[in-house]
Amino acid sequence: MGATGWGFKKSLWVFHLNAGACNNCDIEVLDCLTPRFDVERFGIKLVGSVKHADVLLVSGSVPRKVVPDVIETWEQAPKPCAVVALGSCGCTGGIFKDGNNFAGPIDKHIPVHAYIPGCPPRPEAIIGGIVKLIGTL
Amino acid sequence: MASTLSMILYFIVFPGLVFTAVVGLLTTWVDRKVSALVQWRVGPPWYQPFADVLKLLGKEIVIPEGAKRTGFLVAPLAGLAAVALVSTMLWLANMRGAGFVGDLIGVIYLLTIPSLGMIIGASASGNPLSSIGASREMKLILAYELPFVIAIFTAVTKVSPMTLKLDGILEYQAMNGVLLGNLSCIIAFVVAILCAQAKLTYPPFDIPEAETELMDGTHMEYSGAALAVVKVTQAMMLFTLPVFFITIFWGGLQLTGWGILYTIVKYVIIVTIIVLIKNTNPRVRIDQAVRFFWGPVTILAIVGMILAVLGL
Repeated sequence: MGATGWGFKKSLWVFHLNAGACNNCDIEVLDCLTPRFDVERFGIKLVGSVKHADVLLVSGSVPRKVVPDVIETWEQAPKPCAVVALGSCGCTGGIFKDGNNFAGPIDKHIPVHAYIPGCPPRPEAIIGGIVKLIGTL
Repeated sequence: MASTLSMILYFIVFPGLVFTAVVGLLTTWVDRKVSALVQWRVGPPWYQPFADVLKLLGKEIVIPEGAKRTGFLVAPLAGLAAVALVSTMLWLANMRGAGFVGDLIGVIYLLTIPSLGMIIGASASGNPLSSIGASREMKLILAYELPFVIAIFTAVTKVSPMTLKLDGILEYQAMNGVLLGNLSCIIAFVVAILCAQAKLTYPPFDIPEAETELMDGTHMEYSGAALAVVKVTQAMMLFTLPVFFITIFWGGLQLTGWGILYTIVKYVIIVTIIVLIKNTNPRVRIDQAVRFFWGPVTILAIVGMILAVLGL
């Protein structure tokens, strides 16, 4: 590792995967990029293609229809790649845990490295979760 | 033997690959920092581009299903080699002692190779969004190459006796003052900056890699070290194009004493203009871009050329 490991900690490119979320978490993710929070200070930026990603930020309760897509996205991401489960739905299933379509939570299908609960989590909580994730890398 | 060795050193280490890559990456930091300041953010620390590249070197390279493996991986390397070669030629022409006369046609030709490499790589990746990006990049090259060449040849016309050697242009400017003092060359310089914006695929001409519609378009499928090569090539282009404009229009690089400071100031001014244009303009459509380059910009370039022929 060495130099590349240092680079990995300093430059996390995030691919945002919405697996059946209600868009609340997604709005909070965009909040992190605004001038008030500015996660680019830590080298974090959102990328459009999963091939560029270091972190898969998965939000949502994972309905049955989405499961193959979530697994395929995880397989396409170049390793090493961390997965963060965002929001109550992503962590546990939240209020949808007894739903007919519910097939989650996320860690049932792909390995998860960090959980950020909240409905939706505040931008401070998201940044705090990412900092804890960097500490474990 | 010794000269071959020094040529290889020139290409790999000092004005070539390593030097250009390091300064180019620092320039991309300036770009990101200035963009952040324009948006009232703090922006990344100075080592950010290096961390990005080191991280990408340590990651897996995913070859998509249905991609042509060789073309996909070799195309970005061709771009990298071409831009390193251009940088070497420009710097050797500026360092008079090296006894090297650069050829302008070669520079213009080599500056197109990174874009062509991106087209080949994107077409080989087998991704529909990448191929849309490749087709847009092709149209963009057709659009900006005409005014770009006219702008460069305005400078050639202005130099007497007319010469295609970088050395001759620099010598003329050393004797008669910088070419940017003439009206025709100011027009040509403006045209060249606009074309540089398209060559770097920066907004408003980031149509081939439109983040919001094509998800990075031409380099969507690249990952790991291949993506690092793509990023470094872009950074090197951001370094090489201003150096090229300084050489052609603005008296070249002075590499002794206080001249170094003057050179850095000239370089930073051009980079800042490019970054400010990038930050204050939205993306245009590809048809608008082609119409813009073949219409107003080409007419402006031709006016500059006519003025140069008339001796202004």
